[in-house]
Amino acid sequence: MHWDVVWNNFEYFLIGAYPQGPLGGLAMSILLALGGIFGAFWVGLAAGLMRISKRRWLRLPAVIYIEIIRGTPLLMLIFWFYFLAPILFGQALPEAQCALVALIIFTGAYIAEIVRAGVIALPKGQTEAARGTGLSLFQAQAYVVIPQALFNMIPSFVNQFVSLTKDTSLAFLIGVNELTKTATQVNNRTLTAPTEIFITIAVLYFIVCYVLTEFSRRLEKRINRYQARNR
Amino acid sequence: MNYQFDWKLVLTGEYGHWILQGLWITLEISAISILFSLILGTIIAVFRISRVKPLIWISAAYTEFFRNTPLLVQIFFWYFGSYSILPEFVNKWLYQQDFEFAAGVIALTVYTSAFIAEDIRSGIFSIPKTQLEASRACGLSFLQAMRFVILPQAFRIIIPPLISQFLNVIKNSSLVMTIGVMDLTYMARQIESYTFHGFEAFTVSTLIYIFISLIVSFIVTQYNNRVLRLIPH
Repeated sequence: MHWDVVWNNFEYFLIGAYPQGPLGGLAMSILLALGGIFGAFWVGLAAGLMRISKRRWLRLPAVIYIEIIRGTPLLMLIFWFYFLAPILFGQALPEAQCALVALIIFTGAYIAEIVRAGVIALPKGQTEAARGTGLSLFQAQAYVVIPQALFNMIPSFVNQFVSLTKDTSLAFLIGVNELTKTATQVNNRTLTAPTEIFITIAVLYFIVCYVLTEFSRRLEKRINRYQARNR
Repeated sequence: MNYQFDWKLVLTGEYGHWILQGLWITLEISAISILFSLILGTIIAVFRISRVKPLIWISAAYTEFFRNTPLLVQIFFWYFGSYSILPEFVNKWLYQQDFEFAAGVIALTVYTSAFIAEDIRSGIFSIPKTQLEASRACGLSFLQAMRFVILPQAFRIIIPPLISQFLNVIKNSSLVMTIGVMDLTYMARQIESYTFHGFEAFTVSTLIYIFISLIVSFIVTQYNNRVLRLIPH
């Protein structure tokens, strides 16, 4: 076994060539995931609320968006943005931005479903009581329904963030310098220790994702105590 | 935007044939993987609900580890890195096969079985405990109670998530193109680099994926409407 290969390149796996060169490795993966979840939250919130609207012209685009994205592999979507941006905009987007846009659009569709489920799961009495105290429909949604629904959805968001962290590995395929790419780079350079390198990479991803999963489980237990229920 | 669309190019002739070949490989690798992962997933789930501590630990570690690492890394691991940890005769046998395909199947199987094990486990746990207690009180043995009361109910609940896992496998199988399995995504990419008509190639293959997923979600909805509401839970 050649664990020294892993040891010598461990810093490269974590932060890439930073600060001498561009940021890469695990730090880049996490940055992509954070940027992705931030963008996907807003896209997903808008699409999810449009999806449950009673107006057809609001609902229909959201349904089409969600169904198309959920039926397409992420890899396909990343290629779409990578190869089609030059055709549509006349110039190529940088890889990292391109991957980020694809991740946001992809994850947004899944978050939209979480938002929809969260709002529907809230007891109807909440809306009725809010309307009964004299709030308008918009106020009832903005001050009563959505805050509660979002709070209940936090564990699902964290789970989605875990999937997103795993999905950032696909950005490597269009050349973003994140953890998987640094692994293949080191592997191509050394050629002696593929087993050790890929086990290390898997463990690094595992640590990040497992900590988050465990966090979301704890959170779920605590949140369950405060939920409004149908009685 | 000066781009000449040429739909005929990807729908007919040699390139159309490529797309069909890719679709076939995608369906083939997905079908084989889902079959193996059903078997493996069931075994892991049985470990989890057994009362033997070491088995529970193994199953928990397995599901946690493989669910929390990216599929792409797992594919690379089996393709590049499995040589030095697998026994010699397994390696020999694997290299006699189509090794890319085999590595893809192994990675997809291991990854999916972790999810399937969780689905099966939660399906079984979702049957109220009173069902087991009632059937035990009627004089059934534990195995009989499982066989005649718990499992038949559990399977009806498990089937929809299993079908969506199948859908996930079809979508995830697009990743095996990275190690050179010539599936639908690989072929789309290939056509792009041969003809520069990536737009048409990607549109056609994306539509195929969406079509498959719409069919599957239609089946799940029908199943939910017709069968699932008949059983108590």
